[in-house]
Amino acid sequence: MATLELKNVHAEVAEEGEKILNGVDLEVASGEIHALMGPNGSGKSTTSKIIAGHPAYEVTEGEVLLHLDDDDFGDVDEIPDDARTWDLLDLEPNERAALGVFLAFQYPAEIEGVTMTNFLRTALNAKIEEREELLFGEDDDDEEEEEAGYDTSPMEGDYDEGEVGVAEFQQLLKEKMELLDMDEKFAQRYLNAGFSGGEKKQNEVLQAAILEPAIAVLDEIDSGLDIDRLQDVANGVNALRDEQGTGVLQITHYQRILDYIEPDTVHIMLDGEIVKEGGPELAEELEDKGYDWVRDQVYNAA
Amino acid sequence: MSSEDHLKDTDTEKRFEFKKEESSAFTSGKGLTEETIRLISEDKDEPEWMLERRLRALKQYQKMPMPTDWPGQPDLSELDVEEIVPYIRPDVDQRSGAESWDDLPEDIQDTFEKLGIPEAERKALSGVGAQYESEVVYQNMQERWEEKGVIFCNMDEAVQEHEEIVKEHFMTKCVPPSDNKFAALHGAVWSGGSFVYVPEDVTVNMPVQAYFRMNSEGMGQFEHTLIIAEEGSEVHYIEGCSAPKYGTHNLHSGGVEVFVKEDAHVQYSTVQNWSKNTFNLNTKRAIVESNGTMEWVSGSMGSKATMLYPCSILKGRGATDNHITIAFAGDGQDIDTGAKVYHNAPETKSTIESKSISKDGGRTNYRGLVHIADGAENSSTSVECDALMFDNESTSDTMPYMEINESKVDVAHEATVGKIGDEDVFYLQSRGLDDDDAKQMIVAGFIEPITEELPIEYAVELNRLIELEMEGSLG
Repeated sequence: MATLELKNVHAEVAEEGEKILNGVDLEVASGEIHALMGPNGSGKSTTSKIIAGHPAYEVTEGEVLLHLDDDDFGDVDEIPDDARTWDLLDLEPNERAALGVFLAFQYPAEIEGVTMTNFLRTALNAKIEEREELLFGEDDDDEEEEEAGYDTSPMEGDYDEGEVGVAEFQQLLKEKMELLDMDEKFAQRYLNAGFSGGEKKQNEVLQAAILEPAIAVLDEIDSGLDIDRLQDVANGVNALRDEQGTGVLQITHYQRILDYIEPDTVHIMLDGEIVKEGGPELAEELEDKGYDWVRDQVYNAA
Repeated sequence: MSSEDHLKDTDTEKRFEFKKEESSAFTSGKGLTEETIRLISEDKDEPEWMLERRLRALKQYQKMPMPTDWPGQPDLSELDVEEIVPYIRPDVDQRSGAESWDDLPEDIQDTFEKLGIPEAERKALSGVGAQYESEVVYQNMQERWEEKGVIFCNMDEAVQEHEEIVKEHFMTKCVPPSDNKFAALHGAVWSGGSFVYVPEDVTVNMPVQAYFRMNSEGMGQFEHTLIIAEEGSEVHYIEGCSAPKYGTHNLHSGGVEVFVKEDAHVQYSTVQNWSKNTFNLNTKRAIVESNGTMEWVSGSMGSKATMLYPCSILKGRGATDNHITIAFAGDGQDIDTGAKVYHNAPETKSTIESKSISKDGGRTNYRGLVHIADGAENSSTSVECDALMFDNESTSDTMPYMEINESKVDVAHEATVGKIGDEDVFYLQSRGLDDDDAKQMIVAGFIEPITEELPIEYAVELNRLIELEMEGSLG
């Protein structure tokens, strides 16, 4: 079981020094679903970006830790003792991804000319290779002399032993797409290029399904979705938890999506701090009474 | 792992930068005199008219000034033409020709091996003209082409074997030596290259390929390509190069002439990677008759300075021209490329798509001219230039000239310039790609419109070359 642990995290915008997080404490473990709610500007998105390692934010105090267990990776039997706890702040974004952290973006980038299939297979293989290196210190430096040929297509290049091959990957992608009720044609489309808002969100969930993270942070995965698409996305997220044991941190404004993805715990964020926690009923109460009610409670109780 | 180590490990540097001991049978010596020209012509056993054309071109070359007054043009002051040996013939008896790969001398085989050409040949290859020093030493032609009357041979052979047609078309109507100083130089010292002739209504459905190499210090390469596609025919000609590094300045000054007759379709693709001390100054032009289509696909990599503007003259009603170009400039490079189109008839159509990438202080420039003549009504042109920069030191310019002398036309121009996006890179990193791979993926996507036009092994090579360029200093 993996656990993501934020301990007293303070953070600011790297260039301007504007303070955004003022001591966030949060724990998300495999198989759990957490909702992080709060008004605009409360620091929810910043929290997600700090977990993923966005260079625009600087953590000035506190820790972001990831604890790993033997059962966190399907194809890894035993994790060495010195590789069980990681300070994510020491790692590059791709290294965090390799250890099982995933961020679904609120506004995913559009990358022209790179097909979904090519991108996802490259990412999956990069992730597997990097993970081996981090956990077991295997440096894959003895790259074989590159052949002058090619096995696949110019956009995919050669692949080595131990990588997920093209045919194998296409099968995997097909299965995951069916699960999410996505049209097959997406596989050959360019990454998010010209996708509708809803298609982009669906694509984020698809990527999580392929990369099988231990912890997935979903940044407003529900914004801009119609009810049918919301249902599809929610099914995908629930499947992540039920079938892969992923721990989910769901960042949202609205209670609505929580009807479809029921959280174990709800955290409410105000001004860069988590001020209130509770079960799913807290979200409903919030829906009725609004953030001012929380604000009154917090500041008048003090 | 540093990218330099990575280069050593992957052997990519070796693959693209290597040098063979020369095995030269004849060299014309340095310098450019009438004597040199006579020697070259004599050695090739050329007819009198070709010698005369060479000598006329030499006179024009001597009279013409260097181009110096173009706005923002690359600096050519370091180019010393007198220092360049115009012609070296490798030690292969060209007249009997190498029938198969195994007949080639071992060191030549080795050079091509490093470039992956045997591999390329095994795959989807229809015919190879592999130019080693300025001669085509190896060609592999398919019988059924010959049966259909298709001619594909080296240019020197064409002068001997197909004299009349060459005499009519060679630097007469398409690229005369008077066109520019380097066209004149080319006309005087040209050597090697390809001749392609496709008879009426014949479709050559495999790409015709030729590889060019420079492998001799201070040697120029002046290969000439002449393509004639008769009415209703179709052909795709490709050339590619990857030149090794040397300490002196090299000059590459090729010439390409294409004749696209009525309803014919020609695609000319090139991927070039000259060593970083080469001045790459070429003249390429097509004349397109009614309802014919000409497509130029060019990838320009390497070189110290490149000036290349493939040109189409749309002479007949309904003629079409498509240009796709990509340029990559790194440290100390000035890649000035673009396109020229003359709409000289009604209902003619052109599209130009230009992509450029610059990094580490390199400069790319798109320089293009679209001319629509008075009376070329219902013509249309669309120009799209996209530039991608890696850092704030690099530059990218766009100089699109439009000369529109006809009111009933449709003209569109679009240009975008951007730095490689941090958010895009972060997005890919968050999925497991490291910083370098993320950038490479974005660049590969950026140039995809070009690579999808190329046969697979060329696309692989182009992507690999760009990765190599990027690895040099990323991260």
